[in-house]
Amino acid sequence: MIENIKSFLGSFFVTGDPMIYGADASIALASIGIVFYLTYFKKWKWLWDEWLTTVDHKKIGIMYIIAAILMLFRGGVDALLMRAQLIIPNNTFLTSQHYNEIFTTHGTIMIFFMAMPFIFGLMNIAVPLQIGARDVAFPFLNAVSFWLFFLAAMLFNISFVIGGSPDAGWTSYAPLAGLKLDPGVGENYYLIALQISGIGTLATGVNFLVTIFKMRAPGMTLFKMPMFTWSTLVTSIIVIFAFPVLTIALALMSIDRLFGAHFFTIEAGGSPMMWANLFWIWGHPEVYIVLIPVLGIFSEVISTFAHKTLFGYKAMVWSMIAISVLSFTTWLHHFFTMGNTAMVNSFFSISTMIIAIPTGVKIFNWLFTLNKGRIEFTTAMLWALAFIPNFTIGGITGVMLSLAPADYQYHNSYFLIAHFHNVLIAGTVFGVFAGLHYWWPKMFGHILNERLGKWAFWVFMISYNICFLPMYFIGLMGMTRRMYTFPSGLGWEPLNLIITLGAFGMGVGFLIMVWMIVYSAKYGKRDTTGDPWNGRTLEWATSSPAPEYNFAHIPQVETVDAFAHMKEKGTADSIYKAPFQAIHMPNDSGIPFILSVFFFIAGFGLVFEWYWMAIPGAIGIVVCMILRSFKDHDDHHHIPAEEVEQTERAAGRLS
Amino acid sequence: METTNHTPIEYSTEEGSNKILGFWVFLGAEIVLFSALFSVYLVLHSHTAGGPTSKDLFEVREFMIETFLLLISSFTCGLGTIELRRHNVKGLVAWLVITLLLGLGFVGMELNEFITYVTVEHATIQTSAFLSGFFVLVGTHGAHVSLGIVWMICVVIQLLRRGVTPVTARKAFIIGLYWHFLDVVWIFIFTAVYLTGLVL
Repeated sequence: MIENIKSFLGSFFVTGDPMIYGADASIALASIGIVFYLTYFKKWKWLWDEWLTTVDHKKIGIMYIIAAILMLFRGGVDALLMRAQLIIPNNTFLTSQHYNEIFTTHGTIMIFFMAMPFIFGLMNIAVPLQIGARDVAFPFLNAVSFWLFFLAAMLFNISFVIGGSPDAGWTSYAPLAGLKLDPGVGENYYLIALQISGIGTLATGVNFLVTIFKMRAPGMTLFKMPMFTWSTLVTSIIVIFAFPVLTIALALMSIDRLFGAHFFTIEAGGSPMMWANLFWIWGHPEVYIVLIPVLGIFSEVISTFAHKTLFGYKAMVWSMIAISVLSFTTWLHHFFTMGNTAMVNSFFSISTMIIAIPTGVKIFNWLFTLNKGRIEFTTAMLWALAFIPNFTIGGITGVMLSLAPADYQYHNSYFLIAHFHNVLIAGTVFGVFAGLHYWWPKMFGHILNERLGKWAFWVFMISYNICFLPMYFIGLMGMTRRMYTFPSGLGWEPLNLIITLGAFGMGVGFLIMVWMIVYSAKYGKRDTTGDPWNGRTLEWATSSPAPEYNFAHIPQVETVDAFAHMKEKGTADSIYKAPFQAIHMPNDSGIPFILSVFFFIAGFGLVFEWYWMAIPGAIGIVVCMILRSFKDHDDHHHIPAEEVEQTERAAGRLS
Repeated sequence: METTNHTPIEYSTEEGSNKILGFWVFLGAEIVLFSALFSVYLVLHSHTAGGPTSKDLFEVREFMIETFLLLISSFTCGLGTIELRRHNVKGLVAWLVITLLLGLGFVGMELNEFITYVTVEHATIQTSAFLSGFFVLVGTHGAHVSLGIVWMICVVIQLLRRGVTPVTARKAFIIGLYWHFLDVVWIFIFTAVYLTGLVL
């Protein structure tokens, strides 16, 4: 009996690596610490009332961003472990298995649990404010999306201490990721956790599409919308058409692994290459799901700090729409080398190159926006300015990779690794950092410290180039991706050393940023005006942090850059003039959180194929949905006019 | 029909019309989902790996009955929407109950079909890639119909309790959209899986 328990625990928990034991201990300590803090300071009710049950888009946005920063830390540690292993030839710091697990979780976490939630967080903060709405179209669903993402991220993250991490790469190619070649629970974690968070993502796509189509302030026609709102609209459409394909790919591989089907197996007629097709039919649009929103952020930031209207507004919109359509026609360029015919490769080669045209249009429009602007070098603007050249390098090497014959040389080498980090970091990461600085006052009512922000920017940006530029060369010298070690004598030592130093430099940049956040919370300059940057769009028309109801009166919009126009005309005070009226707001609800906990339970059961756990979890999900259906007949309340007046007075908006 | 010149009740509130639009958008995503499953199935259709083929398995009588049950249920569901526009709870509930019974009949027939394949023909999801594709495509549709049945029962209970309000009307209208959508998907299954499977 005791032996049985011992052997069960031995396979249930990951054992044998001192780093994992360290992680076990720190997870236990952190959990005890959090529980102690919440209990000692009697914060449980506060946590439940203010955060776990909230449907307020601004709070949900803040939670998304906190979770994304935690995941950036986790994914970053994975990256540093990889680079520590590759600092010298024949290193034995990590075993090949451990290295496989780490590059898998690094990629998966950075895309699904860092980039997307960070972007969704900023969308949640900014979009309803930018269009002059009180919340998103479906606030309850918004909370469901967040909690599904969050608990899926937790499910994915416990894999490294319970059961073992996935180890087939973030692309999880068949047949490598199939049951035959990859037994154990690791890949199940990947499949189930991404499935759960994907449901939340699809819901977010639907939610923001309807929000933007139906809830804009009067007068705001589509072509008067702020550029970040446009980018969110375009992204939502990509999410809606791309994510169901991932749902299917993940479901089919789960059925292969759990129920012995033959979609992607080598025997009984399965087609491993179909996984590659399905994965990338979702995967290439996904690249634009994490890129297009930050193009919107850069447009906002560059226009605000050049103190000019964005150059070529309509060209910017149409190029985003063109990119979104083209993004569905290029997936095969991820596997030119898998033996397609020359005609097929040529088609995808050309469709890929075409994307460079609308992207180039956008780059030139930003440059023309800067032209003759009064440029203010804030930290947000520095990130945006650094984006332009760094991203362009990544874009140009992308065009190099799109040439199918040449791709046979670059494929799966460090050249590719350098390319996609060049676009994903200079694009997505610089973009969310710019957005974080830009909208931080609107979230918290104070400005992030500019001096520390600039330190973080320079350290991170320079280190990023030290890390990734040499990868192009080492890739051309023959180093392939996912190698856990390399022999000496190939001339790879100096470049690998430089790359590792760059990676640790980025880690230092991240730490400065964390310090900046902590420091600014205490000493940051308060934003009493609600408009710290002399902004142009409606989110700056309300106070900072924005009140629960966003706007005391819904603004009237006449032009693009609606708030800049209101300030010129002297009507900016129209949104907070007495008399006030009662405001209709959605009620908080505990169901999204509880529903997602049941998803976690069901998911964990499926990962281990413990149906005694998965089935009750699934029943819990259905019960929560039925409860919601019966309870949503009256889920709104009114904020009385007097309370609106008090809030506005407290924000210093009434004399 | 008295509704030609003013807004139907399910669209009468901002929330109602937003949710209906949201559901249409969701159905767009569902189309992508089923398209992916159809492509997978059609690619794998010939990958029978020595196991039974579609010609061996499909029975015209069985899938014709399934088809008629589902098509008629879509019609009765549509008649329910007409009663909804007349604010006639009794008529609406009656048509929805008939729809439910037809839907249950469909799911029962499909379960029976699957059980026959597995027990009599020894054609399981593990036999070949073709059968994996078949069970998952048709099964996903069947799971959608089953979920629709549970959902429609919830809507019927709420209609009986509260009558036709903007909220219940919206719910009845949306489950109707869902039901018709599943009918459309079935037409494709009927054509691409069953009819094609008999000749190819």
